[in-house]
Amino acid sequence: MIRRWRHDRADTTERFPTETLEGPLLEVRDVKTYFQTPRGVVHAVDGVSFSLDRGRTLGVVGESGSGKTVLSRSVMGLLPKKHVIREGSIKFEGREIGKASGDEMRHIWGSQMAMIFQDPMTSLNPVMKVGKQITESLLYHLDISRTYADELAEALLTSVGIPEAKRRLNEYPHQLSGGLRQRVMIAIALACGPKLLFADEPTTALDVTVQAQILDLLQDQQRERFMAMILVTHDLGVVAGRTDEIAVMYAGKIVEKAPTSVLFRNMKMPYTEALVRSIPKLADKSHTRLNVIPGRPPQLVNPAVGCRFAPRCPYAQDKCIQEEPPLRESDVPGHQFACWFPVGTPEGEDALARNRAAGVSAAVSADGEGAAPPTSSPPSEAGVT
Amino acid sequence: MPEQQPPESAGTALADEMETTGLVADAFTVEVAGITAGVEPARKKRLGFGAWLAIVWLGGLILAAIIAPILPIAGPNETFTEIQRGQAPFSTINQPGGGTTTPFAEGHLLGGDRNGHDLLSRAIYGARNSLVVGFGAVGFGILLGGLLGLLAGFYRGKIDNVIVAFLDIMLAIPALVLALALTAVLRGRVPDLWILVIALGIISVPILGRITRANTLVWSEREFVTAARAQGAKNWRIMTREVLPNVLPAMFSIALLGVAVVIAAEAALRLLGIGLSITDPSWGGIINDGRDFLTQGITAHIVFVGSAFIFLTILSLNYLADVVRARFDVREAAI
Amino acid sequence: MDAIGTILAYLLMALIILGVLAVLALALGTRMGRRKLLQLVIVLLVVTFFSFSLIHLTPGDPARTQKPFATEEQLKPIREEIGLNEPFLVQYKNWLFDFVQGDFGKDYSTNLPVKDSISKQLGVSLQLIFYAQILALLFAIPLGILAAYKAGSWFDKIANALAFGAIAVPAFVFAFIFIFYLAVQGGWFPTQQYVAFGTDPAEHFKHMFLPALSLAIGQIAIYMRLLRSDMIQTLQEDFITMAKSKGLTNRRILWRHALRPSSFTLLTAAALNFGALISGAVVIEFVFQLPGMGLGLVTAVSTRQYSAVQAYVALIALAFVLFNAFVDGLYSVLDPRIRHARAATA
Repeated sequence: MIRRWRHDRADTTERFPTETLEGPLLEVRDVKTYFQTPRGVVHAVDGVSFSLDRGRTLGVVGESGSGKTVLSRSVMGLLPKKHVIREGSIKFEGREIGKASGDEMRHIWGSQMAMIFQDPMTSLNPVMKVGKQITESLLYHLDISRTYADELAEALLTSVGIPEAKRRLNEYPHQLSGGLRQRVMIAIALACGPKLLFADEPTTALDVTVQAQILDLLQDQQRERFMAMILVTHDLGVVAGRTDEIAVMYAGKIVEKAPTSVLFRNMKMPYTEALVRSIPKLADKSHTRLNVIPGRPPQLVNPAVGCRFAPRCPYAQDKCIQEEPPLRESDVPGHQFACWFPVGTPEGEDALARNRAAGVSAAVSADGEGAAPPTSSPPSEAGVT
Repeated sequence: MPEQQPPESAGTALADEMETTGLVADAFTVEVAGITAGVEPARKKRLGFGAWLAIVWLGGLILAAIIAPILPIAGPNETFTEIQRGQAPFSTINQPGGGTTTPFAEGHLLGGDRNGHDLLSRAIYGARNSLVVGFGAVGFGILLGGLLGLLAGFYRGKIDNVIVAFLDIMLAIPALVLALALTAVLRGRVPDLWILVIALGIISVPILGRITRANTLVWSEREFVTAARAQGAKNWRIMTREVLPNVLPAMFSIALLGVAVVIAAEAALRLLGIGLSITDPSWGGIINDGRDFLTQGITAHIVFVGSAFIFLTILSLNYLADVVRARFDVREAAI
Repeated sequence: MDAIGTILAYLLMALIILGVLAVLALALGTRMGRRKLLQLVIVLLVVTFFSFSLIHLTPGDPARTQKPFATEEQLKPIREEIGLNEPFLVQYKNWLFDFVQGDFGKDYSTNLPVKDSISKQLGVSLQLIFYAQILALLFAIPLGILAAYKAGSWFDKIANALAFGAIAVPAFVFAFIFIFYLAVQGGWFPTQQYVAFGTDPAEHFKHMFLPALSLAIGQIAIYMRLLRSDMIQTLQEDFITMAKSKGLTNRRILWRHALRPSSFTLLTAAALNFGALISGAVVIEFVFQLPGMGLGLVTAVSTRQYSAVQAYVALIALAFVLFNAFVDGLYSVLDPRIRHARAATA
């Protein structure tokens, strides 16, 4: 079954003669996505660049509101046209799709790129049978008969680990458990054999017990199909062992990007450090207070100059609030970060020590909140050691 | 019966709210951007141009209706030979007994009707009857429906069940059919105007009852009601002092719609020859009077004058009802 | 009754039977169903009782009212027929039994059984309402979808304003406008009378078009606004973005994914509007002089044939109540979530 299905995938790719096998699968250059709202222009994604090779996986990590969901939807071109300003270049297989119309994208959506959404309960059509939701994209993208599409759908459900696939095809989403629903959504996304899969917080809405299963399934499918994947999550723990590379987003920008092992071993950005610290560790005693990052993500309307993390950063110096740090290469290949006083460097340690000594960070003193300890600028949210 | 509510319908009020302010797209983008704090649809604080227009029309109409006898217009039953014979300027076909003056003639702004009456005068005196029936019937509906809804929503349980069943039964007969049946049996017992007020009032009872009940259910749950109860306030006092004032905007909004419905129904009954007697001017009466001329192709203006008054009044009432609803954030009941 | 009328009458009967069956099926299993069944029975009893008591609410002697110029001798058999000599509740029982068996009493102005005239009129009324509803949905659904899809655009704004205006226009005003401009001046349509489908299908539709359209316009406006506002909600759902990400065309997303989940309010309104359509049909039949039940009821009221009025009111209310029960049952078919929820609570 699966073999035949792979054969079909080859058929569809022939429709895109511009395809080149050299170069990265996806190349994103300086993508900006702004929303016009009654309160002003929201800079949801503000100049993001990265590239992704075939069969590789990228984890995009950030707090809610960091723009990671908007980034994935921008790249895929799924945002509404109205009140949205999009800039930058998005190249898929060497073809520019950043300015592509809905009609052009329609041939790419589903068959070349697919997306798994956060909440399978709301992302599956409640009044359409599961089988139909799978076969409709098969029928639309591939030139196959209805009965063959049904067979494929059944095979797909089996391949994503759904027992009694035939029966499930005739059920409605609400008749399935959360885990099964997410498996169905994965089956839908994989149906036409995309080369690139976006998984937008694929496990956030699920029970903890099912989360690992779904992530394993995604990883297996990704490897088996040699498919590139972008895994978007707020949880560094989710991407830790499962992606080749990780991009950390903060306030609409990538602030650090590195191969997974490098990032965890040798992080440069204080924000990444804070994120890593906020992962609960098994070694911790129970009832240990979690390490939270003080303060809230900045509002994205008219963002301030300087580093956007500065107001919450224990390393922040005057330079940080005056000048925005560029994304620069570290000594490890493929590792980029945006910080003036990186973690683990003499400048960084120096800055942290100075702030500790003064009992304040530059950003906090600039805000006029004088004596507050540097690591807990809003005192109520203390708890950082 | 029609109580079954589809699961989606909750939240449509919010959608209405947003679509009136054109915020749909923004709300979406804001949601995607992950920003949820502090975004609220900018509610209009001032009355818009349309609302003022509606108020001016209704106010002018009510004023004109009240002071009709001292207005410089002809009497409603005064006959003008020049209208009837169609000899005035701008007259239509000069048929014996057929022609009638069209609008914008000298001295007769809206022209005249088949019997040689001045249409402007008929319309203004007609407003008296139409408005009295409209507001009277809905007043009746508010008293009875409001009371029932308040009792049902406040006491719940058995009282609620009985009242809801009662309202459901009233809804089980199509409004105009019920009005026809009621006018049929009441005829000859009370004056025609009262028949209409009662018959059309009864029709508006279930609608007002339901909206009052739905809102009372919500407001009775609020903390200040519990607080009043804890202070030992009597049920009646809580109902009238704490709950009722909060339910009033919703009742008011629906009542405005109700007046519109009743005015249309009165005209329909009159058209069917069952409402007020021929000598009593009303908007429906004007239409009924011009019906034959219209179908014979002689002139349509008589029907259109009556229709225009009905249309503008209903339009104004509907618009104001919308404004009230938006202003007080009234949630729609199931119906 | 002609072909379409007969079909519609049977269809209505089938719907009513289906409605009752649906309620019964629910009643068998669930507590909610049993309650609904009980409610239905009570409503039916009260409504028929109300219709029955109309004759006793009338001032004066009901027999005399119906046949004003008869001698006392002539009135005796009429009293016997109506059963005025029996105790009130016995009269109701007898009337109800007769009614259920199709004996609707007599029209004493023509001395014909009411049943005969109603069986002729029913088809006409059903046709009118059916055509109006079809026309309304035919226009309202695409308009509503388009307005929601283009929410905030000029098309949307104009459609909304027009709809708001159209709701404020009573159906009979549209009727007069159409009669004057399209029938009298344009000469494209006949103004009055009814032609049976069996006699001449083309003429039949020509005669029914203006009445149906007059009745439909207000409904178009209501349905369009309802569908639009629900559809806007639906279009913001995740599963719509999901459908988009599958590469489906907008047309398919709107019609296949968004329409059904957005149509529940529309369905409720369309069903509840059955009552409004009946009310509207009474006036429209009168204006166009279509020999339907509405015209029959108006005639019965103005000639004071209370036995006939009883029958008309009871029949209309009965059809309306059962139709609503049917719609209630239809929800479970349309929304699988409700269907399974009900099965689960069984």
